[in-house]
Amino acid sequence: MKHLLGTDGLDPDTARVILDTAEGLKKTLLGREVKKLPTLRGRTVITLFYEDSTRTRVSFEIAGKWMSADVVNVSAKGSSVKKGESLRDTALTLAAAGADCVIVRHPASGAAHRLASWLSHTNTSVVNAGDGTHEHPTQALLDMATLRERLGGVEGRRIAIVGDVLHSRVARSNVHLLTSFGAEVVLVAPPTLLPTAVGDWPVGAAGSLVVSHDLDPELPTLDAVMLLRVQAERMHGGFFPSAREYSIAYGLNEARASLLPEHAVVLHPGPMLRGMEISHAVADSARAAITEQVTNGVHVRMAVLYHLLAGEEDAA
Amino acid sequence: MPPRHRGAPEPAERRELLSAGDVARTIARMAHQVIEKTSLGASDAGPVVLLGIPTRGAPLAHRLARRVAEFSGVEVGVGTLDVTLYRDDLRRKPTRPLGETELPVGGIENALVILVDDVLFSGRTIRAALDALRDAGGRPRAVQLAVLVDRGHRELPIRADYVGKNVPTARSEEVHVLLSETDDRDAVLLNRAGEGA
Repeated sequence: MKHLLGTDGLDPDTARVILDTAEGLKKTLLGREVKKLPTLRGRTVITLFYEDSTRTRVSFEIAGKWMSADVVNVSAKGSSVKKGESLRDTALTLAAAGADCVIVRHPASGAAHRLASWLSHTNTSVVNAGDGTHEHPTQALLDMATLRERLGGVEGRRIAIVGDVLHSRVARSNVHLLTSFGAEVVLVAPPTLLPTAVGDWPVGAAGSLVVSHDLDPELPTLDAVMLLRVQAERMHGGFFPSAREYSIAYGLNEARASLLPEHAVVLHPGPMLRGMEISHAVADSARAAITEQVTNGVHVRMAVLYHLLAGEEDAA
Repeated sequence: MPPRHRGAPEPAERRELLSAGDVARTIARMAHQVIEKTSLGASDAGPVVLLGIPTRGAPLAHRLARRVAEFSGVEVGVGTLDVTLYRDDLRRKPTRPLGETELPVGGIENALVILVDDVLFSGRTIRAALDALRDAGGRPRAVQLAVLVDRGHRELPIRADYVGKNVPTARSEEVHVLLSETDDRDAVLLNRAGEGA
């Protein structure tokens, strides 16, 4: 594996190996005083973020540091990007400076793929940490790691992704990964927050994808609910009448959560808007796996870096 | 993932170094040596822990521990120690999957740790194991090494404290240890130079 650009194009076997590695790393580090492995000593990992982020950037930084890689953080604010340097020149500069891996987040869909093609003559790996409304593969992998822990796997499970699907790279990456592992995915959103053609989305052969505009009838059939943040920064226009109305129709409050089966898990990629898509009580309830997602995120990203950087070059 | 230098036997020309009966007798003899050398059962003897190195060191450690308990009446701790993340040849091979690390309940603090592996060759796996052990938490009183087969060709100043069988080999030959837990039977095979893999 040279790059991780999306879950579309990631074959299920490779995904499974990454998830198994993440599980092994989690077990290895559990209860250790010193969370440091020598595996990526001397490798340089650069995070290049053109959008604000807390958990993803921190998670990658911790993952790199626990594997003993040297991690350098570049954000668009305060870098030469402000002076007008293009993404391509910035990427070539970072590769020339010795980056073994560039982790990129960018508001434009497809940015990570472009970056990878510009760097194809180098040995630098590219990880997509979110490109516009396209993909966010490590989020989907950490969601899968959490569902494997909580449900023992997703094959034959029914999982709803609720909310702003239109603007969500998390939804897109998750749909592909979940369905290729055999889950039945239900996208639940008002028509204005769904893409016009969900039928174009890549769906794994083992699973299926359906769409619904009504949350309540779905709830008793679900094994997991994945809530999405309403992304005001990507919304330029009236997608719904008011936040209050959205919350009434699609927010997961206690009354709705009580319709879920006993074992059903609640996930949220964060940052959460409490009171909007999820109520305080549900976010802090035992069925919410939101902090586990963050913990698993570090191990999944360690596993991704391990598979990109630890083995011989051009292997596989 | 490609097999390690042992494990996947070639059906071509190969010689059986140890039969299933030999493997059992060898482990029994090693168990007696462990009991003697560690003064197991003596009042002043501290805890002893056997740590198998995956893949085949792990079942070997469990078998050895069972024999030690049978002969001495003392239950020793047993676990596994994966060394993949500590190897010095990661960059030379395709990415390896991780093995399992599982320390016994009592941990390894102040224990006499005996690392257990199937074949001792360059010594690099054992070097990685010593590093992994240092990070595993706890400071062992001492560390020893038990191997079923020592085939020579050391590249580091490492030697085993307990050796099941010394086998002079050519560098190009391959030694395969088969154990019923991971393979179809117990045996140790020598693949001739230039074949297989």
